[in-house]
Amino acid sequence: MISIQIPDINNNISTLRAGDQVLLSGTLFTARDAAHIRLAELIAGNKPLPMDLAGAVIYYCGPCPAKPGEPIGSCGPTTASRMDPFTPVMLSQGIIAMIGKGPRSPATVAAIQQHGAVYFAATGGIAALLAGKVITSTLIAFGDLGPEAIYRLEVKNFPLLVAIDSQGNNIYDTKR
Amino acid sequence: MKTISSGTITEVVSRLCHQANYYLPEDVLRALEHAYTREESERAREIIEQIRENARIAAHKEMALCQDTGIAEIFVTMGSGVSVTGSTLSEAIQEGVARGYTTGFLRTSMVCDPLRRVNTGDNTPATITIDIVAGDELSITILPKGGGTENASVVTMMAPNTGMEGLMDCVVETVKTKGMNACPPLIIGVGVGGSFSTVAGLAKKALLRPIGSPAIDDYYATIEKRVLSAINALGIGPMGLGGVTTALAVHIQPAPCHIASLPVAVNMQCHCMRRLTEVI
Repeated sequence: MISIQIPDINNNISTLRAGDQVLLSGTLFTARDAAHIRLAELIAGNKPLPMDLAGAVIYYCGPCPAKPGEPIGSCGPTTASRMDPFTPVMLSQGIIAMIGKGPRSPATVAAIQQHGAVYFAATGGIAALLAGKVITSTLIAFGDLGPEAIYRLEVKNFPLLVAIDSQGNNIYDTKR
Repeated sequence: MKTISSGTITEVVSRLCHQANYYLPEDVLRALEHAYTREESERAREIIEQIRENARIAAHKEMALCQDTGIAEIFVTMGSGVSVTGSTLSEAIQEGVARGYTTGFLRTSMVCDPLRRVNTGDNTPATITIDIVAGDELSITILPKGGGTENASVVTMMAPNTGMEGLMDCVVETVKTKGMNACPPLIIGVGVGGSFSTVAGLAKKALLRPIGSPAIDDYYATIEKRVLSAINALGIGPMGLGGVTTALAVHIQPAPCHIASLPVAVNMQCHCMRRLTEVI
């Protein structure tokens, strides 16, 4: 088990290997289908973005509403491959890691390797457990999208598996 | 004639939305426990343990098991001796879903149009299937159905001469190509027969059977066992990360069909198999 603070992740990325178990702490930004469409439109139009993507960790997640006194509702990962078409442009803007579930397309694996980034898999359907790892949650952009808005999450010891590493090793190919 | 007010139905449906999303059914918990003891891969065991721990946390905190609280699939069995007063049965159910999702801190995942995609804000509309039977009971079942599992599901019109082998190949191949994204360990609902429009409904209804209960017809019970073995031999495992537990169950629901047709539907269900029934 490897503990990583997100500001330090750049120093760790090249050493992470597919299959490593990681406890990630720091800032994540949620973005799923609709938010990716909007971000891609802003990028294509050279318009300002709601957050700095350089060094950002993107979490493919649309959380449940928070109960009073809680930072967030249940918040597990969604299927990552739906974000494959947007991944090259997000990587070109400097994102360093993505968190989701399930395999990625060969083109996405190649893009992750080319940019020296990493894709972490979170266990799908353990959303109540993962909510307990979130310290704060703040709406950043696209509030009209409801659960598909972008939230900034501060997480502590978020349990992840390195699924695709910066060398292009892919756990979904090598597991058997 | 038994009279049931629409307000009672709304209240029941709202409660079902909450309870189904917070508590994993006993048969699912038992199947996961069994899978844990049988699983050989350390990673697979860890994932199954995370799933069980998640169920404990969700129940204790009364919060959603999964953030994808699904499209609310509602199955009603209505006795012909039941009369609903106030608003209609469908209106009462839709109101119950809206109330249940907004008061239960459940994600609203429905958009009002498939292309223009504006969230309806209360998870309506629910899908409603109504069967009329003899008697004076009203049974309401909710199956909150996640989007990832629906995306991994298929309907196909096969040639009748492909028969039992064709059906088995189709199910195994679907799991092989699409199962990884549907959050395994899976429960697989299979519809066979009927028509293009009804076969998917058969597959979905097959999911309502408790895990561990074989098909009533021995012929299909045998096919279910063979398909389950073949699927678990694929090695996909929990979350697609390897192991012997790719599926917890295969449930097949047959129906009569046209001489030219062999409709087949495979409806994937993730390990977060939420379903709950209340009888009024």
